[in-house]
Amino acid sequence: MADIEKNIIAGLTGLRDWVDARFPLMQNWNEHLAKYYAPKNFNFWYYFGAFALLVFAIQIVTGIWLTMNYKPSAENAFASVEYIMRDVSWGWLIRYMHSTGASAFFIVIYLHMFRALLYGSYKKPRELLWLSGMALYLVIMGEAFFGYLLPWGQMSYWGAQVIISLFGALPIVGDQLSLWIRGDFVVSDVTLNRFFALHVIAFPLLIFGLIGAHILALHKVGSNNPDGVEIKKNKNAEGIPVDGIPFHPYYTVKDIFGVSVFLIFFFAVVFFMPEMNGYFLEHANFVPADPLKTPEHIAPVWYFTPFYSILRAVPSQLGGVIAMGLATNIFLLLPWLDRSPVKSIRYRGWNFRCALIIFVISFLTLGWLGMQAVTPLYTWMARFFSVLYFAFFLGMPFYTAIDNDKIVPDRVQG
Amino acid sequence: MNDKDHNIENSDIKDSHINQGRRRFLTTAATVVGGAGAVAGAVPFIATMTPSEKTKAIGAPVEVDISKLKPGERIIRKWQGKPVWILRRTQEMLADIAAQNEVVSDPNSDASAQPGYAKNEYRAREDEYLVVIGICTHLGCSPNFILKDDDNAPVIDWKGGFSCACHGSRFDLAGRVFKGVPAPTNLVVPPYKYLSPTRLIIGDDSEAV
Repeated sequence: MADIEKNIIAGLTGLRDWVDARFPLMQNWNEHLAKYYAPKNFNFWYYFGAFALLVFAIQIVTGIWLTMNYKPSAENAFASVEYIMRDVSWGWLIRYMHSTGASAFFIVIYLHMFRALLYGSYKKPRELLWLSGMALYLVIMGEAFFGYLLPWGQMSYWGAQVIISLFGALPIVGDQLSLWIRGDFVVSDVTLNRFFALHVIAFPLLIFGLIGAHILALHKVGSNNPDGVEIKKNKNAEGIPVDGIPFHPYYTVKDIFGVSVFLIFFFAVVFFMPEMNGYFLEHANFVPADPLKTPEHIAPVWYFTPFYSILRAVPSQLGGVIAMGLATNIFLLLPWLDRSPVKSIRYRGWNFRCALIIFVISFLTLGWLGMQAVTPLYTWMARFFSVLYFAFFLGMPFYTAIDNDKIVPDRVQG
Repeated sequence: MNDKDHNIENSDIKDSHINQGRRRFLTTAATVVGGAGAVAGAVPFIATMTPSEKTKAIGAPVEVDISKLKPGERIIRKWQGKPVWILRRTQEMLADIAAQNEVVSDPNSDASAQPGYAKNEYRAREDEYLVVIGICTHLGCSPNFILKDDDNAPVIDWKGGFSCACHGSRFDLAGRVFKGVPAPTNLVVPPYKYLSPTRLIIGDDSEAV
């Protein structure tokens, strides 16, 4: 028996060496997993990158299977989604995994971004890591927007109508630009067909490439950690960071555990509340698109609502569009707005801590307001919190420069 | 070719063998020509996304029978894929419109889109019938028609009009936008003409028969 085992191992080693002579297999394995040293003090917040990768995989796989039965035409789209839900074997599961995956993607990414705010992960030398992540976030917003039109329900139709009209509000080029995006004078079959192409081919490829760039940038500079201490500054005689542990097996095992817990929550939603009471799948979208009638109450899906609130808060068409565009893109400037030399919130002063708390409250309140019908009170609340939202960013160079930061230790604290 | 051409380890030989001026010229020329080619190559890809000939051809005028339309009633017809509203206005409605010149932001429709024959007080060919495209000039939702005494009136002292559920824009019964709402201009009036006192054609206002 022992001989057979020995022979199998020898065979596999031989195969590995054969491949290795022709392809940098072990080199990449070591560089990115077995000898990639990550800080030893990762906590709960460091799960979300791995979760985002998992959700991306879920979206790709379920997406491929959905396209096998979906028909991208105004005449057939709504019915083909109902066909998937009722007649295709297990079609409901694939579709609910995909629709839940969309919301899960944004939950995970928002928490991943919040982690960067907590521990200063966007700061030097991780500016490009942050920018590639922001590019991913913006592209995923586009991907979600294109995908939302495909079921061709009332919310699909009018949501697309409003978002495309945002481009129409731009001076001079606006009308031509929105005409070009739609390919028609109104949102129509033509629009649906091209959104399908962008949703299933163009943007997934972009996301795939950007994830690659994001991970390469990460592995170049190394992960930040809850203490915001650069582990590369403390290396032992072999050049290995003393506060680092190899990503594999330590963090692969941690992430597999996290993924198991994540999937429990994910499938609880898929099986028991896939519509999430109208937040993941909006009620009005169970009515086929009607170009003559806007639903009584329209709101974007929850992950766009903070920005939608800011749009509605400004009493001017162009002003609202500009404010909304700024609100989504201002995160890009974060590495240069933050003047504090300290990364982690553990050692930052109360200026930043308070600002972050106020920002999170503003973001969540704006998100809630974006789902409500317009009333004078809500409009004033949206204006108030929009000002706080922007104050977090625009005030940052000032309140972080005079913050009473603490002394940062040389080593990670555990 | 002799060995010397391949041996460029010695920097003196290397420098003497490389014509930097020619290299710069070739690099620049290749960049410019290649860049122009890339731009030219992008043209069909961008142009293919503009409306096709078939798309442009759809948009034929639509005939509407308004003989059964009662005073105060509105009907919706589809033209070029957009909702077109036809509202038969009562004398009271017309009086309310005239009384609201102060609270609308473009009372004379100077900054708004309509054919010349509809650029008047009631924004119509015949005062009684309003014909407008039912798409909010803000971000393209279709506003709701709400009468004067409706429980859902969006503001106090509502004289009747159109209110957009999306972003709160409001228009009076001539499609004129109220002050202080996000929509920048009045509702668009499409080209139309009367074939007879009870028949309209939307999308065609040519005078020739």
